[in-house]
Amino acid sequence: MVKRIFKMCPEFEDVMPEEYKQLVEDGPYGREKGVTDLGSFKELIEEHPLCAGCGLALSLRLIIASIPVPEDTIIVGSTGCSSLLFPQVAIQNIHSIFGNQNAVATGLKRAMKLRFPDKTKDVVVIAGDGATADIGLGMVMQSWFRREHITTIMLDNEAYANTGGQESGMSYEKKVLNMAPTGKKFPKICLPEVAREAGCDYVATVSPGKPKRVQNAVRQAVLTAREVGPSYIQIYSPCPTNYKFKSNQTNAVAKEREKEGTYRMVEYVSDKARDYFKQFKGEEKHAKCN
Amino acid sequence: MLNYKVVAGPEGYLPPAAASRGVVLPEKGKALVEGYAVPEEEAMLTVVKKLLNAENPVFFPGPLLLWDWKEGIREKAKEVKELTEVLGARIIPMPDYRPKYPMINPEIEINPNHPNLTIWHNNIDVCVFIGVHCHYANVALKIIRGGTSCYTIALCAEMGHEDAMISLREVGLGKIKALKEIAIKVKKEGQE
Repeated sequence: MVKRIFKMCPEFEDVMPEEYKQLVEDGPYGREKGVTDLGSFKELIEEHPLCAGCGLALSLRLIIASIPVPEDTIIVGSTGCSSLLFPQVAIQNIHSIFGNQNAVATGLKRAMKLRFPDKTKDVVVIAGDGATADIGLGMVMQSWFRREHITTIMLDNEAYANTGGQESGMSYEKKVLNMAPTGKKFPKICLPEVAREAGCDYVATVSPGKPKRVQNAVRQAVLTAREVGPSYIQIYSPCPTNYKFKSNQTNAVAKEREKEGTYRMVEYVSDKARDYFKQFKGEEKHAKCN
Repeated sequence: MLNYKVVAGPEGYLPPAAASRGVVLPEKGKALVEGYAVPEEEAMLTVVKKLLNAENPVFFPGPLLLWDWKEGIREKAKEVKELTEVLGARIIPMPDYRPKYPMINPEIEINPNHPNLTIWHNNIDVCVFIGVHCHYANVALKIIRGGTSCYTIALCAEMGHEDAMISLREVGLGKIKALKEIAIKVKKEGQE
């Protein structure tokens, strides 16, 4: 990547909006950052339009802080609440048509390999539960079957949230939502297990209630996708608007669901991935490689 | 036979693309003025006069000019800055093309997805696009023609834009310098 693209022509510095100056000075590129550094650098431009207390916004911030080499990472997004936030993300990203995200990421990863044969470029899909588990499930699973070297991250808010609150495949059984007044009639899709059986070498479910775990999962998933095979992370991102809780309760809700066992936190690592991780044992920044 | 003039709007919601009305891009050495091909020197003089006579002329430099991404850009940026100073024009940047939510600040920036907001907010009567990628310039120029009365000028590094009222092609460092010289000359003549 040409990092000069993030340098302004001095002639126009005086007219550039402040947020761009801050992105150049304090953005995530070329730095070793983690979730504990959030607030000390500019991972997100201000004024994103998501609701107060949105679990998805919090999860996305944690992901960005955890991505090992942001300047060599491309995020592929999809339609949904998260797509309203992506324009504000300080990492290069591509929006794809609803459900197409893993197909777009596949092409992108292959093109990157041809274009930069001597450099590792990480392609990370970040999409909501509707795009991943419902509308785009075919694309998602086919990319796993093909063993594409991409990381798929689902921001699971258990609903189609920005269209008024319809149930998704990831809503839990009997859940009543604004646009699902009689309650959901079938259980939550067990996508982590589907991912494992479909060939993902690293699978984890996490929540922003435990930021360090999010960071470890993201780094291990990206590392797996680089060298071993496809990886999948499911981040429970509670939705205060559709699940009707106070906006300051997001992390508490996430922790409570984990504690009561209604949102299972799991981790599946294939033997190949486990063997691969062994060589990095004791190296804290193993995913930094390149 | 061309009989469609590309003039300042508002032309209404969804104005037709000038290309669909028979406006074609200029040949080398020519430029477009309101849909018609004219000699480049004539168009350059028109550009300068339009800007000098404007009440609120504004340059909209795009990412290709704002960011120091390859050799030669800084020199071009310096010349454009000097040109705006000679013409007495303001600069409002278009740093990128993201459809920014919840909204842009129209006072300090322009976005190709809703350029009309910046034009309306600042009462801009003549504007100049420079350093904007072709596809976004096309979109923005059409939106401006559709919804505002702003007179648009495109200083294009490629083949020009049919949807601008005046469009020069292959504008590099040399042509920017030439525009500056013309502006200095015209201003001097006006003072005499």
